[in-house]
Amino acid sequence: MKILVSVISILLGFVAGALLMLSSGANPLTGFSYLFQGGLKSVTRICNTIAYAVPLMLTGLSVTFAFKTGLFNIGAPGQMLIGGLLANVLALTAGLPRPLLLPLVIAASIVGGMVWAAVPGFLKARFNVNEVVSCIMMNWVAYWVVYIVISDHFKSTTIDTESQVIPAAASLKTEAITLLTKGSNLNLGIFIAIIATALVIFILNRTVLGYEMKAVGFNRFAAEYGGINVQKNAVLAMVISGALSGLAGLTFYCGYLSNMRIGVMPSQGFDGIAVALLANCAPVGVVFAAIFFAILQTGKGFMNAMMPIPPEIADTIIATVIYFAATSKLIEMNLDRIKKFFGRKRPSKSEGSGEHVEHH
Amino acid sequence: MWNTIEQMAPYAVGYTVPILITALGGLFSERSGIINIGLEGLMVIGSFVGGVSVYYFGPLMGNARAAWLGILLAMLAGTLFSVLHAFASINLNADQTISGTAINLMAGALVLYISRRFVGTGNIVVNSMTRVDIPVLKDIPVIGKLFLTDTYPTTWFVLVILIVSWFVIERTPFGLRLRSCGEFPEAADAAGISVARIRYAGVLLSGACAGLGGAIYTVTTAGQCNGSVDGLGFLALAGLIFGQWKPFRILAATLFFGFAVTMAQISMLLPSFASVPPLALKVFPYVVTMLALVVFSKSSQAPRAEGKFFEYKKT
Repeated sequence: MKILVSVISILLGFVAGALLMLSSGANPLTGFSYLFQGGLKSVTRICNTIAYAVPLMLTGLSVTFAFKTGLFNIGAPGQMLIGGLLANVLALTAGLPRPLLLPLVIAASIVGGMVWAAVPGFLKARFNVNEVVSCIMMNWVAYWVVYIVISDHFKSTTIDTESQVIPAAASLKTEAITLLTKGSNLNLGIFIAIIATALVIFILNRTVLGYEMKAVGFNRFAAEYGGINVQKNAVLAMVISGALSGLAGLTFYCGYLSNMRIGVMPSQGFDGIAVALLANCAPVGVVFAAIFFAILQTGKGFMNAMMPIPPEIADTIIATVIYFAATSKLIEMNLDRIKKFFGRKRPSKSEGSGEHVEHH
Repeated sequence: MWNTIEQMAPYAVGYTVPILITALGGLFSERSGIINIGLEGLMVIGSFVGGVSVYYFGPLMGNARAAWLGILLAMLAGTLFSVLHAFASINLNADQTISGTAINLMAGALVLYISRRFVGTGNIVVNSMTRVDIPVLKDIPVIGKLFLTDTYPTTWFVLVILIVSWFVIERTPFGLRLRSCGEFPEAADAAGISVARIRYAGVLLSGACAGLGGAIYTVTTAGQCNGSVDGLGFLALAGLIFGQWKPFRILAATLFFGFAVTMAQISMLLPSFASVPPLALKVFPYVVTMLALVVFSKSSQAPRAEGKFFEYKKT
């Protein structure tokens, strides 16, 4: 049922995309064909899609984790930026051998994300500050911190809007994977994403901490009455969520890319919300949802090159999917209601009524 | 110091007005019980419609008239787009934060898509409205120089809306119904008020106001539209909390934000700020917003039923 709702949301997203393409005089079938070709046409493209999906998985997990505790972490872009910035700065300045440097770079990204998420978490717990607004503010602060730190100290010598390229010793890219995938951007980040997914599943399902967090998410008053420290849980959930987004920054800026761009808010942070929603906040679902959105995001450039459809079509589809995922209760509620309605009068027709809703 | 404030004032008002009118929109929505995180996206829609109107109609009818036409169309577009949020949160029991986020993401992407495909650029540059001095009044000491010189006509339009909004919310039967739906929808329902209809009115009004705010931003301060309103919609949301859901307090809160944003934007050009590190100036509006929220969130006067779905009891 829940997977059905997600599939319907995706279909409705594509319907919206198709309407948009039709309105600009393009054939939607050709458009979608180019979109998927762009993401999946060759080994290199498939591996690039997976490499792009890695930060999405991590931001998706990040949003999911906060959601379980009833918090909306829209600050993933800022947490990615700070995680990525710390990792990049360390990579550029430390000058250590790879076995030492790489763990340090990873740790730096985690710390950056944690600190950036701890602020809204603390403000929420201590002062009841709306975490959505404070997360957005933290995003903009991160945006300017990155902008000014990079343009003052780490600017590339050739391109004004980019930072210096990190040494290979600090990158998640390894020669073996790059050769094996015919020069794609795929890197060790995929293992980080897999480990993170497993860890999130473990924390949520097998630990006291996970139990308490879910309890707070279900009903914070009942949880409080049951002796759970709601405020501590809010901060902790945001910190863990931030660590995941920080790792997303690492896999994007020290893996998929090898430097940072100034003046750009990473869209993966916002797309993480879409990933989490489409996956219904199930960690395994996050993996698949991230790959699906990564296909759209990596394919849009190819489509744009082949026909005059602006690349923003992918973002429009993603936003539409979020909208329908948010209104999923409509599909579920109506399914029940119509089933009941038909069930009362003509019990035999009850299965047929399900279809009725799907076409909405 | 005073000289600097006088220099900043016209710009600060330029930022305040779009934030103010959008926050007022948020006020209508939240007072009816619906959180509208999508204000930013609705502003983006308004900014695009306003910008495109000046771009196409400007050469035909003159920039000033085209700007007003654009503002009108932007209000219409904002209203229409906000129906998505109203439908999701009033009829479908959607999570209002997520629905609003979807609107933010959709607006930015959709506007850039249309802009690139049909106008041919992702960044439409338009001529700003002309600033005017208010005759006679501009000679009043202190405020004459601060607020009555170099003003946009839209500023006065928004101030009129502010007063009307205050009157409507605090002094009319509609306002009473609006507030009751935000505080205690069950009681409103028992008194024979259609909660759904009032909430629709609240959300659609917020769409109109945010559309207006976006259009004003484009045709005055920004002078361009590129699928973003630089986070002003979220500042409006913060202004609403900072202003404790009261129209005139919101005016004060948003004026404060207006000055904060101006400091970040133009202060590099003013000699008085030369010694302040650029990073401190750039993050100033966001940091003070958070500080303001810390001060005002604990004793929050938020509408009590805000964000809660109201379901009619079946008998």
